[in-house]
Amino acid sequence: MSITAVVKKNTYFDSVSLMRISTQANTIEGIEQAFVAMGTEMNKAVLDNLNLLDDQLRAAGTGDLMMVVVPAPGLDGGQFIGQIEQLLTAKAPTGDSDIVYKTIAGAKEAIPEANFAVIAVNGAFAASEARKALNGGLNVMLFSDNVSVEDEISLKQLAHDKGLLMMGPDCGTAIINNVGLAFSNNVRPGYIGVVAASGTGSQEVSVQIHALGAGISQLIGTGGRDLSAEVGGIMMIDGIRMLAADPDTKVITLVSKPPAPETEAKVLEEIAKAGKPVVVYFIGGDEEAVAKAGGHFAASSFSAAAQAVALLDGGSPAETNIDAERIAAVRANAQEGQQYIRGLFCGGTLADESMYALLADDHQVYSNMGKDPAFRLGPNDQSREHSFLDFGEDEFTNGRPHPMIDPSLRAQRVAAEAEDPSVLAIVMDFVLGYGAHEDPVGATIPYIKQAKETAAAQGRELEIIGYVLGTDADAPSRQAQIKQLLDAGVTVTASSTATGQTIRALAAKEN
Amino acid sequence: MTNPLFNSKLSVINVGLQMFADDLAAQGTDVAHLQWTPPGGGKPEVIAALEKLAQPQTAAKIEAANAEVVKRITEAKPMLVGYAKALDVVPGMTPTTILHAGPPVAWEDMSGPMKGAVTGAIVFEGLAKDLAEAAEVAASGKITFSPCHEHSCVGSMAGVTSASMYMHVVKNETHGNYAYTNLSEQLAKILRMGANDQSVIDRLVWMRDVFGPMLAEAVEITGPIDLRLLLSQAIHMGDEAHNRNGAGTLLLFQALASGLLQSSFSTEAKKEVFDFIASSDYFSGPTWMATAKASLDAALDVKGSTVLITMARNGVEHGLRVAGQPADRWFTGPAQQVIGPMFAGYKPEDSGLDIGDSAITETYGFGGFAMAAAPAIVSLVGGTVEDATAYSLEMLEITTTTNPNVTIPALGFLGLPTGIDVRKVVETGILPLINTAIAHKEPGIGMIGAGITHPPMEAFEKAIVALAEELG
Repeated sequence: MSITAVVKKNTYFDSVSLMRISTQANTIEGIEQAFVAMGTEMNKAVLDNLNLLDDQLRAAGTGDLMMVVVPAPGLDGGQFIGQIEQLLTAKAPTGDSDIVYKTIAGAKEAIPEANFAVIAVNGAFAASEARKALNGGLNVMLFSDNVSVEDEISLKQLAHDKGLLMMGPDCGTAIINNVGLAFSNNVRPGYIGVVAASGTGSQEVSVQIHALGAGISQLIGTGGRDLSAEVGGIMMIDGIRMLAADPDTKVITLVSKPPAPETEAKVLEEIAKAGKPVVVYFIGGDEEAVAKAGGHFAASSFSAAAQAVALLDGGSPAETNIDAERIAAVRANAQEGQQYIRGLFCGGTLADESMYALLADDHQVYSNMGKDPAFRLGPNDQSREHSFLDFGEDEFTNGRPHPMIDPSLRAQRVAAEAEDPSVLAIVMDFVLGYGAHEDPVGATIPYIKQAKETAAAQGRELEIIGYVLGTDADAPSRQAQIKQLLDAGVTVTASSTATGQTIRALAAKEN
Repeated sequence: MTNPLFNSKLSVINVGLQMFADDLAAQGTDVAHLQWTPPGGGKPEVIAALEKLAQPQTAAKIEAANAEVVKRITEAKPMLVGYAKALDVVPGMTPTTILHAGPPVAWEDMSGPMKGAVTGAIVFEGLAKDLAEAAEVAASGKITFSPCHEHSCVGSMAGVTSASMYMHVVKNETHGNYAYTNLSEQLAKILRMGANDQSVIDRLVWMRDVFGPMLAEAVEITGPIDLRLLLSQAIHMGDEAHNRNGAGTLLLFQALASGLLQSSFSTEAKKEVFDFIASSDYFSGPTWMATAKASLDAALDVKGSTVLITMARNGVEHGLRVAGQPADRWFTGPAQQVIGPMFAGYKPEDSGLDIGDSAITETYGFGGFAMAAAPAIVSLVGGTVEDATAYSLEMLEITTTTNPNVTIPALGFLGLPTGIDVRKVVETGILPLINTAIAHKEPGIGMIGAGITHPPMEAFEKAIVALAEELG
């Protein structure tokens, strides 16, 4: 019989606790017999009767704790001492749901199985909290923005070294193990893995994949700055590698606003090694370079989804549909000079995709997104000609919630745009899902009605185009939101890409 | 390194926006939403200090040092080995030295209760004929004032300790160091509370001539008494051993009784001593302070730590000392008001600010930290047993470990929260909870209530900035 005995000097436990601990220790698998007691004469006599008393135990005093383990045959008793010590320092019962934690470290200590932190605090404290989470072994989704690029690089480097995800800063969307995080949609589980530097862009790709009958394995957000020259795509490259190693991911899809060229090159190098088909949707990306790297170039968000699904099924990619009849009718009914599109968006990538659809036809477009100061539109500026506003940009969200959470500011703008007789159509997105407003369409409908009435009173028809980003599993459902729009006379599009194509056709200079 | 995330059940800690946690819970995902506040009150220099100390290499060194500190605290085995005159045992004591509670303070800056106690002690020592002359002597520069804590001592309330007062002599058997504290004066109108009339002086004389010597003989007869064991039992019996000492006093008296009976004093003197001990549950209060002091001082020289070994107040300032720092390095902030029930006839504006070395008990992990063990005095913290339990659990957030040797039955025999970490206090904004008595702000009156208070955050902020400079 092998015995392991440890004497902890000057460690006192009351006999009641020790009885409880001995009882628990005897239930540990692999322990034949365990004895945890103070070194009193009585306890030593008991051990002696059991033939367990060795010299070390014989020397134990009344103030010393004796731990004695008889392991199952063939096992080493030493491995169980640690487990018994854990019983000695057992925490208070944690069944109580009222326990509140103040710090990441405190929560992690109490919940050892925690593996993920979602952090959405003021930017001044965000990097520090993220660092604590990473150092505690947690994967991180950092929703906060206003984090310096130096902090972003050091956080991502730390995560890389530790083999953890560092999604963000400024990461608003992720789906991990079929759980939607922050702003995300209830999409079907499936085999397409997404790594995205754009929040609404990845939401759009995921819901279009869902609409096409496929599903998502993982959706990893990187934050909008990941593909900058400074950050160098650390998270996107790690994300590609994780999806490449994930047996549930069969096709990988990458989504980003225009990346820095040197970073784009690094990422494309990585896709060649992925060993799986990779669809690349980088707005303004280089088709040839993608093809050369072995990737599948997508020119639009819909194309990204359709190609991913086709690569999975082996079919040919689905095409977008637009309502040509409706477009022709709107153009035919337009008054003299009624020719401009006004885009009022809450999703940045959706706004981009629509704006680029007009820019592709060399229209002049004013916006709060473009870099050219000549075409810059401030939040309080009146719209002119073709104008696009992303209400999710900082100048609209400073001190107020994001329009996905509070649609009221944008809704009021609909009514204002209707006063302008040069406006042919107003185009809007409605983003559903986790984190989003519980009824974005309902909150906007009164203003849409008012806008239509304003135009009608002045003898014009005002076209309103609405795109609902979401699935029928979201709350509210996509279908219910669409019905409200149709009832209010809104033209509903089926994807972000189709929305862009629709306004491009509406604004076309020649038939 | 392979990230096992995709093969694990998602378990999320949510920091900041509550709605993200709600959405996760609605999806059936395990999520803990933090009650988060900006660390360091959002002060940039404090956050920078925390960040510096959080660098993995630095943090690892600190963790190792802190582990050693709490190991010493929990393994210390304080034994009551005797009672003796301060002049005979206290390091650095002279006939004209007066020790006081808290961080250093000059005579002219002392609070009312402390001035009352100092002048009373000067009369008691025969250094002045009356209180008026005593005030002159105190101001003359002839008296050496020094904090108890810098002489292996602690003193409750004003903590005023002079040469001929009898002290507990407590030896930490594990590490060999000693701690001292004077004897309980029992009733409310007492020197440590700032009272100093003739009845107070007469009692001090009796304590010097009868009470102290009889206790000393008793321990000689009984042999050393294991104080940690008694403390542990007292806490199982419903004391938190700072403001409630009923069980502890019975246990200590039980341990001493035989020795007192066998001492060489007259039956009349023994009756006086028994009656005196019976007159107040506080008899063992100072004993537990010395128990804590002997344990915490064992960690004095552990370098590179962020764990407190002292929280002490002089009625004007609250001072902290950190393990491994020079013994005379105090991080201070203003002493706070004590909030709690008061004796009939007194109002909150009568109360002096927080005073005394008794927060050594919380520094060790009992007192306010063990509120869950003492439901009988929950009125101090707001009235419900749940409040008391919550306070003890909250202290886990700012401490390093739990003490397996002293446990709280109501919390599933959870050990005392042990090793207050300056980093955790600053990061969480949770201040240590201190149970304490309230002295009248004017000299000469005494105790007027009891309640709870906290150290000032300012002292922790000063400490963290200094520690970051040294350890970061």
